[in-house]
Amino acid sequence: MNIQTKFHGEIEIKDISQWTFPNGLPGLEQEKTFVLLPIEGNNTFQVMQSTTTPIIGLIVSNPFPLVPDYSFKIDDSTIELLNIQSQEEFTVLVIMSLKQPFETSTLNLQGPLIFNTNNQKAKQMILNDTKYNLRHPIGELAAKGAQ
Amino acid sequence: MLVLSRKPNESIQIGDNIEIRIIEVKGDTVRIGIEAPKSVDILRGELVQSISESNTEAISIDLNVFEQLKNKN
Repeated sequence: MNIQTKFHGEIEIKDISQWTFPNGLPGLEQEKTFVLLPIEGNNTFQVMQSTTTPIIGLIVSNPFPLVPDYSFKIDDSTIELLNIQSQEEFTVLVIMSLKQPFETSTLNLQGPLIFNTNNQKAKQMILNDTKYNLRHPIGELAAKGAQ
Repeated sequence: MLVLSRKPNESIQIGDNIEIRIIEVKGDTVRIGIEAPKSVDILRGELVQSISESNTEAISIDLNVFEQLKNKN
């Protein structure tokens, strides 16, 4: 199957893992299936592209190298929705709001994306506590990625 | 929207398995206890709204800014 993408033109997704978001994402509830696509020459960020709506492409990143003390508990409703059975079977990414200049871009640490690598199900989990900001400055480490 | 009046310690039952209890009313703040199945997300409304806005903001990316991300290892 070929899909139109925001940044990668038309691509064949037969051999690319597709992630199902049973609830969509807040504000994008109708978007249920995404693929993760690499950004040429950049290992820090990826594009999370909707398979059904070309303009829905989000920049995502592993938060842990960028925000070393980032930690939260995965809530019961997420564990149940994604059918998470153990500590080892999920990965976490966060969404970046890309701004000009790049250094002013922010990471959404309050709504991390949880991916169950066993069944390809995913969810944007919203943290009820206010420890983390949904517009966290990307910091020096990530900013270096654009210089 | 259904609107009900409740006093402290009174509750509202929704379906078979969701109970909302008024714990305390103090000034302009109402403390509410919610019992629901584990599968139900319980979130403050304004938080969901701001995550929603942030997602919408995150998809409006300028292609020129995106180009800056390439070949930056």
